[in-house]
Amino acid sequence: MGVGSFFTSKLDEAIGWARKYSIFQYPFVTACCGMEYMATACSHYDIDRFGAGLPRFSPRQADVLFVVGTISHKMAPVLKRVYDQMTEPKWVVAFGVCTCTGGFYDNYATVQGIDTIIPVDVYIPGCPPRPESVIDGLMKLQEKIAAGAQRF
Amino acid sequence: MEGGAILAELQARFGAAVVETHGHRGDHTAVVTREALIEVLGHCRDDARLAFDVLMDLTAVDVSRLPGREDGPRFEVVYHLASLRHNHRLRLKVRVSEDHPVVPTAVPLWPIADWLEREVWDMFGVRFEGHPDLRRLLLYEEFVGHPLRKDYPVNRRQPLIGPRI
Repeated sequence: MGVGSFFTSKLDEAIGWARKYSIFQYPFVTACCGMEYMATACSHYDIDRFGAGLPRFSPRQADVLFVVGTISHKMAPVLKRVYDQMTEPKWVVAFGVCTCTGGFYDNYATVQGIDTIIPVDVYIPGCPPRPESVIDGLMKLQEKIAAGAQRF
Repeated sequence: MEGGAILAELQARFGAAVVETHGHRGDHTAVVTREALIEVLGHCRDDARLAFDVLMDLTAVDVSRLPGREDGPRFEVVYHLASLRHNHRLRLKVRVSEDHPVVPTAVPLWPIADWLEREVWDMFGVRFEGHPDLRRLLLYEEFVGHPLRKDYPVNRRQPLIGPRI
């Protein structure tokens, strides 16, 4: 920058840009969707291109909670506990129809959508969703992260 | 032993305690009374010619919606036995009514019956007399009812349970 020029970007946008490319996710994998999550995370589809290549297996180090697979009533308190342990800012992705709505498990054991327990930012439908859908959801989440107000 | 011979042996030994027998495509079943159940199971395990050393499965059936069986005893508790020594199998059933759904426990005979009986209690509400620790196995303590009973509404939702402290 020369003399007399201005740095015009807003600080929020700079932080949002940085945050959307440094997603540390916590994969909460309970069912078959996990296979598709692994396919997405591995080299062929490679979510590292989107800055989401480092799964943290501790909720305290994670920014995004990937809920991958059916959540039963018995598992619900565990999921709630994991969400509560994550530090702000945090986002939640519902991966697959079981987490979105309960899917075809219309029965006594299954939670009918994880949004009855925790707030959800992005829903990725599919049984299981193809990696393309997952990446699409991830990019939507990135847009959301970048566009949102940044608290810090 | 061949399945039919096992049934004949049980009938000869226990007489009227064996209520009913049948064989279908090599699978043989005996229905026994509740009073004689433990005796029959013990004999099946300990007799050298039977030697049913494995309790493959212990489950139950709610027959209250089964055509022709609506008025009879509501539950059937089913024991699947297998013998590794003789390579033969047998299915034993005991019928219990809705008013008094109690069966003596098989835990002293096969320790695996512990969890299997807890599952049957969990899903059907059949109690096992003498069981060391009859708690729910798959569901949680706050759950009301027994979901595999035919009168449990398929779309009933239980309240969500919160994290335990």
